[in-house]
Amino acid sequence: MKKLLASLCLGLSLLSGGVALAQTPAAEAPGVATPAVTAAAEPAAAAPAPEAAAAPAAAAAPEAAAVAAPAAAEETPVLNSGDTAWMLTSTVLVILMIIPGLALFYGGLGRSKNMLSVLMQVFVIFSLITVLWVVYGYTLAFGGEGKFFGGFDKLFLKGITADTLSSALKTIPEYVFVSFQATFAAITVALIVGSFAERIKFAAVLIFAVLWFTFSYIPMAHMVWGGGLLAADGALDFAGGTVVHINAGIAGLVGAYVLGKRLGFGKESMAPHSLTLSMVGASLLWVGWFGFNAGSAGAANGIAGLAFVNTIVATGAATLSWLAAEALHKGKASMLGAISGAVAGLVAITPAAGFVGPMGAIVMGLIVGPLCVWGVGGLKRMLGADDAFDVFGVHGVGGIVGAILTGVFCAASLGGIEPANYSMGHQVWVQVKSVLVTLVWSGVVAFVSYKVADLLVGLRVSEEEERQGLDISSHGETAYVR
Amino acid sequence: MKMVTAIIKPFKLDEVREALSDIGVQGITVTEVKGFGRQKGHTELYRGAEYVVDFLPKLKIEAAIADDMVDRALEAIEAAARTGKIGDGKIFVSHLEQVVRIRTGETGQEAL
Repeated sequence: MKKLLASLCLGLSLLSGGVALAQTPAAEAPGVATPAVTAAAEPAAAAPAPEAAAAPAAAAAPEAAAVAAPAAAEETPVLNSGDTAWMLTSTVLVILMIIPGLALFYGGLGRSKNMLSVLMQVFVIFSLITVLWVVYGYTLAFGGEGKFFGGFDKLFLKGITADTLSSALKTIPEYVFVSFQATFAAITVALIVGSFAERIKFAAVLIFAVLWFTFSYIPMAHMVWGGGLLAADGALDFAGGTVVHINAGIAGLVGAYVLGKRLGFGKESMAPHSLTLSMVGASLLWVGWFGFNAGSAGAANGIAGLAFVNTIVATGAATLSWLAAEALHKGKASMLGAISGAVAGLVAITPAAGFVGPMGAIVMGLIVGPLCVWGVGGLKRMLGADDAFDVFGVHGVGGIVGAILTGVFCAASLGGIEPANYSMGHQVWVQVKSVLVTLVWSGVVAFVSYKVADLLVGLRVSEEEERQGLDISSHGETAYVR
Repeated sequence: MKMVTAIIKPFKLDEVREALSDIGVQGITVTEVKGFGRQKGHTELYRGAEYVVDFLPKLKIEAAIADDMVDRALEAIEAAARTGKIGDGKIFVSHLEQVVRIRTGETGQEAL
């Protein structure tokens, strides 16, 4: 009872303190809200950047930018080497997030007998999805104007040469945009393996990955970023809160249900075998995330700078608030809590990175920490699924919280960059709608994909194989000397 | 001949080794083990999951000892390994049937 009261007091003080904090930079809001106006005054080469910066985020957001830069749009796009260098760097950073960042983060959370299986699944999914992306993913996500899918115009990247500039980000080569987006597709699918880890067949992972990538990731990316349904609605998703995190989170949760619990779950110890490696992985995730968020600005500009600083402070705040909640409830602040808090903060700021101010980012971080503590604790128990590495608890819950709070903290009065005709209530509702669409679409596609994989090769390894460990049974190797 | 087996707290190893050396025991075998008696374990918390870890790390020391030295060996180990707190460990003495020195082939007392 005392702990419950303490948590409530912490939560209320965070909220009220947070709202006050977020309103401090109201005086700066006009300056923050008009990067498009100031940018339009810059020379032609840089002018398309703010327009372009908003493009990967949402089709509605650049209404503000478009108002200021209609003249700039008439100029012929020219390659900007600053933008290109930054986007190339961002792409590399996101790759680092996956290999070895996510691989180590997840791997350390499992038992040593399954270490290689986790590393394999992440590594191979990266290899597989990036190849499929350039074959048909890119064209279906970004090549056209359908509600749910684009077209086949750029199948096999047809028509693109080294000199072609991206139509979405006009100052960078299209190949760079293709590569950047490829890493997003890969990481989204790779995130899911954390849910069904330690008991799934390798072949089933690959089959699921191909199906879900094709029928959930691609349409989601198209709907939010490629000019489809949700973008037209005005949903704000700067770097992929819905497209990546909620998408993966719900697919993971469905997988945890469909696969069933690991043998011995609830009775035997399933403690992480290497929090050291998980910390290394989480650190690589944080550092790489600057490419994920700031790179989603699409250019080396002020919005990238905003996304950059937000990615620092939201994450730090979430680490602190997770640890505070943990220390209150359990008496000790743990390494696992710290890295989980950091990831939760990163997930939450992802949809908001280029739309909220740094103070708003801090408040978002403070809020999402304790909510995700609940996500991996109380909520996880309520849901009753064995989500092995808490993909839904952190990415799902964090993504939902982040998506909804984006609608709140993008308000100019709270230091953010409002879209045109903004009203908080309406924007939050639009955000909620996009969350619901994602949950349903992704959940259903995930369910079907698991079932197909089950029919084709079976989902779970045998009891004996699970006991022995997937490293030996699926890959014929051991990670460590025995 | 007797096999003296002692379960001790890990940080007591150097003291016990020296004490046995002082009374003339030439060699011992040390193994890392885990176990529990009356000493309680600890609780580990990983996100929402709590694990009670009953087993504590200990060291097992085995030494083959001549009958006339056994009492002195027990005294030495006891004195060196004792902290006075729960979890200090136990010593087991069992009859040793035969001992062989591999290098020379000596058996019995000469092999000790």
